[in-house]
Amino acid sequence: MDEPIMAVEGLTVKYGSHIGCKEVCFDLYPGEVLGIVGESGSGKTTLLNALHGRLEPSHGTVKYRTRMGGMDDIHAMGEPQRRLLMRTDWAYVHQNPRDGLRMAVSAGANIGERLMGVGWRHYGRIRDNAVGWLEDVEIDTERVDDSPATFSGGMQQRLQIARNLVTNPRLVFMDEPTGGLDVSVQARLLDLIRTLVAEKGLSVVIVTHDLAVARLLSHRLMVMKSGEVVEQGLTDQILDDPQHPYSQLLVSSILQI
Amino acid sequence: MYVAVKGGERAIENAHKFLAEERRGDKDVPELSLDQIREQLSLSISRVMAEGSLYDPDLAALAVKQARGDLIEAIFLLRAYRTTLPRFGFTTAIETSDMSLDRRISATFKDLPGGQVLGPTYDYTHRLLDFALAAEGEEPLQAETADKAVEPETPRVLELLNHEGLIEQAAAGNDQDCEVGDLTREPLDFPAGRDIRLQNLARGDEGFILALGYSTQRGYARNHAFVGEIRVGEVAVEMVPEELGFAIEIGDITITECETVNQFKGSKKVPPQFTRGYGLTLGHNERKTIAMALVDRALRAKELGEEVEAAAQDEEFVLSHSDNIQATGFVEHIKLPHYVDFQSELELVRRLRAEMVVEQKQAAE
Amino acid sequence: MTTENDIYNFAYLDEQTKKMIRRAIFKAIAIPGYQVPFASREMPMPYGWGTGGIQVTATILCPSDRLKVIDQGSDDTTNAVSIRRFFAKTANVETTTKTEQATIIQTRHRIPETALREDQTLVYQVPIPEPLRFLEPREVETRKMHALEEYGLMHVKLYEDISRHGAIATTYAYPTQVNGRYMTDPSPIPKFDNPKMDQMPALQLFGAGREKRIYAIPPYTDVRSLDFEDHPFEVQQWESACALCGDDQSFLDEVILDDRGERMFVCSDSHHCQTRQEQGFHGSQMPENHAGGLQEKHDG
Repeated sequence: MDEPIMAVEGLTVKYGSHIGCKEVCFDLYPGEVLGIVGESGSGKTTLLNALHGRLEPSHGTVKYRTRMGGMDDIHAMGEPQRRLLMRTDWAYVHQNPRDGLRMAVSAGANIGERLMGVGWRHYGRIRDNAVGWLEDVEIDTERVDDSPATFSGGMQQRLQIARNLVTNPRLVFMDEPTGGLDVSVQARLLDLIRTLVAEKGLSVVIVTHDLAVARLLSHRLMVMKSGEVVEQGLTDQILDDPQHPYSQLLVSSILQI
Repeated sequence: MYVAVKGGERAIENAHKFLAEERRGDKDVPELSLDQIREQLSLSISRVMAEGSLYDPDLAALAVKQARGDLIEAIFLLRAYRTTLPRFGFTTAIETSDMSLDRRISATFKDLPGGQVLGPTYDYTHRLLDFALAAEGEEPLQAETADKAVEPETPRVLELLNHEGLIEQAAAGNDQDCEVGDLTREPLDFPAGRDIRLQNLARGDEGFILALGYSTQRGYARNHAFVGEIRVGEVAVEMVPEELGFAIEIGDITITECETVNQFKGSKKVPPQFTRGYGLTLGHNERKTIAMALVDRALRAKELGEEVEAAAQDEEFVLSHSDNIQATGFVEHIKLPHYVDFQSELELVRRLRAEMVVEQKQAAE
Repeated sequence: MTTENDIYNFAYLDEQTKKMIRRAIFKAIAIPGYQVPFASREMPMPYGWGTGGIQVTATILCPSDRLKVIDQGSDDTTNAVSIRRFFAKTANVETTTKTEQATIIQTRHRIPETALREDQTLVYQVPIPEPLRFLEPREVETRKMHALEEYGLMHVKLYEDISRHGAIATTYAYPTQVNGRYMTDPSPIPKFDNPKMDQMPALQLFGAGREKRIYAIPPYTDVRSLDFEDHPFEVQQWESACALCGDDQSFLDEVILDDRGERMFVCSDSHHCQTRQEQGFHGSQMPENHAGGLQEKHDG
């Protein structure tokens, strides 16, 4: 049996006396997609921010298996090491692609930035790589020198994904990646994400309020309410046979298809 | 016994007398004449005329005197007076390449047709207080005059680049027939054309325009400006009276003009080309004119296909806040009585606090 | 009447201020390319006129120094004249236009063509010391980027240049990496001058007055201009030679002769050009018998 890539124990974030998330525990295994669902204000985004080190937890630990093999507490490590992880081994896909892209530089430069950040110094190879990634995310390779500001919302989101995956990260955080898109564009993007995750064997933590997205992408689900995980298990199990009253309410109110 | 505050009228009258007294200062010191102000505080006069949008050095001198040297107050006086003037018509566009130059410098070329003319500038003075000036009756130094007057027609630097196609063509609007807007007759409307933007900037507060121009140099909408040319001098103003049908000269005015050469744009398909920024004011206002050209260029972001991401590129932000008469009015107006609004707030806060105290008491019991 | 020399300290700044600036300079030398904040003073010239360089020069200047000041390579541009006069007046030091005779050279936008020696110091006037500023306007973020050596963004800019123009389009203030560590702005010198900074025997000091930063490149330090393996760093070249001294290896200024586009090129380094003319070299605009240097030789 594989060892977990991320192990979370007793993770709690407090904003003063208000609870952001409380006593969250889970293990994430290589190649696994974990969905975090719940209504807005349930603590999903707080949890996601604490997982990748942007928020300091009040207590609890988040441990990550580095490429060296050891399990390192990401909040105990220094900022340089955490930032290095953020631009190499990890990826973060924002809900709004504008938050994750540099709108003033070309698509090619957006994809190439992480490569240059880790020391690539050959223009031709960086550009070839960018073109290859545009193909992978189904963007016309002719657009490599165009600014993402001229792209549609769906294209911008696919470009953001390419920009993130170019350094072959092992762990990807996604915050409502299909949030601002209309339904047909969503379907295509979900399909793309599913293919990439399977091909590259990525481990993913995805936050969504959309149970259809959760069902399509994730292997396992955590249901959050008021900062606490009320239920977790295999996706099908939770969506088809929810045990906690809140999960039942969530499933019956949203998934009426 | 309490008596409500009254007597506002008398108070105001007396305040005005006090103000007049303060303006005059110590009566043992001779009073300033308007001639003295006009001749010896000429850069104040320039700023007041530029932002007051009225070319009249004598009236500007009066305004400076009346405002006790507060230039925004003086600009205000001149603007208010401008409102009362009838409008006879419009002049034709002035031709700045025919200027009689006091100063003309280019930062882009070491030498060029017409030459570099330094003129009266503080640029290379040392800012050391000159105690000799403190002693009265100082005889001014006589500057040498060139044997040869500056060439009557000095080509504009940017036109030299234009010959080679290195710089974009001046935008349409230079055309004599082209109608230009007038902010003082029509309200500001967005999106504004470049004519309106330039008029707004020319009248705008020097400090505000300066700060915005500065911000573009520090990375908030950087556009790599070079001063192609600054010229200061007198230019003839012409008008076509309807009954005559041809242009006649109605006088000369001093102006400052600055043209900047900015970052080139281009792509693999379009050859790169420099772009332009433009500044022009009444009187001698170099600092303002350079800053104006920077801001003008920044405001052209949309037209040139650049991301709008900084304050200086945001047309609404810039044009809506540049006028110091509007700004000073609104900022200072909060010292006017707001008794009624404040009373309502006061009442609300008292009520909410009282409710909370009751709740806390109940909770404690 | 009192003179400036009675009113002001040697070289204008008071000794406490000089001590503070000297400490910043020492720190800057110890960490090559690192921008050291310092409490820049108001100077009697406006910000942007070289107040940073002037404060550095004022601090290191000794009565025995010989000072040269250039702007755009030339000793006789207005601002160079103004700064030279300022020090002649406030410090009463000897000034020179000859590069090889100067002990301190303050410069704006150029490095002299004549190679500098170990016993010389080059003081640069710097408008914006932060090479990352135009990619990231916030100081908090750029300092973090320096601390963590996160310089990928700088290459993003060069990448963007190539994808747009087919070549790196930065021609002046071309970013460098000093001693294999700090990304450093060479001040707005043309990239033509960048190679001179590498392994230079003279101490290079940089002063930015308005932005309140001092940085340094100690003698014999590696200074690498950023580039890509397949788009290596290159310097400008001219098709013509200097019209006065005929040099085809120095940095040339373009002078417009009339409004029909007639132009000529002359050395930006006025002392270099003068020296060459005195040695008998001449360019297309300077017939042989008019070369001043030759006549002097005949006279002598």
